[in-house]
Amino acid sequence: MAGETENYVELRHINKTFKNYKASDDIHFGIEKGKLVGLLGPSGSGKTTILRMIAGLETADSGDIVIDGRVVNDVAASKRGIGFVFQNYALFRYMTVYDNIAFGLTVNKCKKSDIKKRVEELIELVDLKGLERRYPSQLSGGQRQRVAFARALAPNPELLLLDEPFAAIDAKVRQELRSWLREMITRVGITSIFVTHDQDEAIEVADEIIITNRGRIEQIGSPGDIYSAPKTAFVAEFMGSPTRISNISEFKGYEQLDRTIHAVVRPENVSVTKKTEKSRYPASVEHGIVERVLFRGRELELAVRVHGVLLTANRRLEEARIAEGEAVDVFIYRVYAFHENEEVQIVDNANVGTENLFYI
Amino acid sequence: MGERRKKKKRVIPGFGLSIGITVTMLGLIVVIPLCSLILFSAQLSLPGFIETVTRPRVLSSYLVSFQTALAAAVVDAVMGLIIAWVLVRYDFPGKAVMNGIIELPFALPTAVAGIALTHLTTTNGWVGGFFDRMFGIRIAYTRLGITVALIFIGIPFVVRSVCPVLEKIDLQYEEAANILGANSRQTLFRVILPEITPALLAGFTMSFARGLGEYGSVVFIAGNMPYETEIAPLMIMSELQEFDYASATSIALVMLLTAFVILLANAAIQSRNSKIVSGIS
Repeated sequence: MAGETENYVELRHINKTFKNYKASDDIHFGIEKGKLVGLLGPSGSGKTTILRMIAGLETADSGDIVIDGRVVNDVAASKRGIGFVFQNYALFRYMTVYDNIAFGLTVNKCKKSDIKKRVEELIELVDLKGLERRYPSQLSGGQRQRVAFARALAPNPELLLLDEPFAAIDAKVRQELRSWLREMITRVGITSIFVTHDQDEAIEVADEIIITNRGRIEQIGSPGDIYSAPKTAFVAEFMGSPTRISNISEFKGYEQLDRTIHAVVRPENVSVTKKTEKSRYPASVEHGIVERVLFRGRELELAVRVHGVLLTANRRLEEARIAEGEAVDVFIYRVYAFHENEEVQIVDNANVGTENLFYI
Repeated sequence: MGERRKKKKRVIPGFGLSIGITVTMLGLIVVIPLCSLILFSAQLSLPGFIETVTRPRVLSSYLVSFQTALAAAVVDAVMGLIIAWVLVRYDFPGKAVMNGIIELPFALPTAVAGIALTHLTTTNGWVGGFFDRMFGIRIAYTRLGITVALIFIGIPFVVRSVCPVLEKIDLQYEEAANILGANSRQTLFRVILPEITPALLAGFTMSFARGLGEYGSVVFIAGNMPYETEIAPLMIMSELQEFDYASATSIALVMLLTAFVILLANAAIQSRNSKIVSGIS
């Protein structure tokens, strides 16, 4: 993390409890100016609470929130210089697109001509020209998000907060909007924090990801770091939809590991070959039985039982078909191993190096 | 709407059957009785009809009815909104009881309400006595008394139409307005009120229309002085007592038309609003 003074937003030892549920447990992190940060975690992990506390919609029980060098604990939400995009956008239904975007300016008694100029500028930016007179109900999900985005930006905030910005949009448009939002935020150059439970979304959109779990921060880092070098058991199990293996030392290539150690393996680190196909590492493949074959569109998802563990693996469509119930060879390239609540260790299959030479 | 039409399976079987039932019910309990009203008044010639419905005493009864019903509806709208707000937004002991009491005017025989209110508001009654002594205001046997009775009759209409809408308003609207810098007054008038205006208007219209036609609770408290506190439904009653059915139905027809115009205006406003919300352009 960067030095304390460089951070534009800073949360210092924040605690927050709802009734008997600890939503934030000593939350402490900083965000540099201009960064696009994703708060990622399962539902109920406290990520939205963090966002709402930064916005001033919730008050922390203890700790300080600092925005631009100023402690804002007692500053009203409207005076924090933030824009907020709500999960369902919360567009005012009885106002046109124009009036929605202008709302933040009209309530602050800006000059009519200034408002007009600013709103037109934003409509241009989010590409909604010609729709100014429409009501929110007459817009598509994507267009509504654009209006919500423009409305939040209208009063020129320094910090933009987005709560599950893609949750209300159907899958197809979502992909498109991710890159759109990323591009917009880069163009405007505004420091932004968004909340999501979708790891693909976080990896694709964010410069930096903060992973939350049970009111705590598990790991902070770039999407690449988080994905390839998980620091805690939770992150290792959360990212990349892995399978948990409690008897990893029984697998070939991992015999060196302690018997009490647990591990997770991701589908992309498992290779499944038919008995008739040549495996890359014939000496260290495991015998497995395919229990389920799922068609995933781009690829097949296989569930293979090995040493009593049901592993998930992917297989390309153009490869020879594998039937349910078929006996196959399974090779595990890499696992993330950890003792309960200890640091995660990346373990590659011990036979990769040696056998590779032989194969070439 | 387009989507709904595409659906093959419906809960209620067959458009034909359900529209048939709808038309029959409406015909039997609304249209046919009202048509008979028109037929009855057709016994009079047009000049005779106009003469009947514009007699000074009748005209002043329209005015009394209109004035008091309008005043009552306005009070109901404001007070009903506040009651609905409290019932939806706050939790307090006795809330369920209060929620039930609101509907009492629906269930109570209107004459009972009329007698009770009269008893309370005469110069000998608790409330009437207080106002008479303190401010010199008489309630019973004045237009004020009529208004009081109509307020009582009309308030559940407003509360019951506003409550469900208020419950559905997402807190996010208020939060969004708050972050964008709106103070609570601006939030109330620009964000929340537009959301509940259609429901409020519907409640207002219903209580107004009900007030125009209310008879039972008003006759006791009104005192029924010609030109002063005679309401239009009372005029109909007195014509009936003189067996002048044609005059009675003529006045009734005027009231019917008035009510129809009011409800039609309301329907037009509601349909405009639902277009904004549902997005059918």
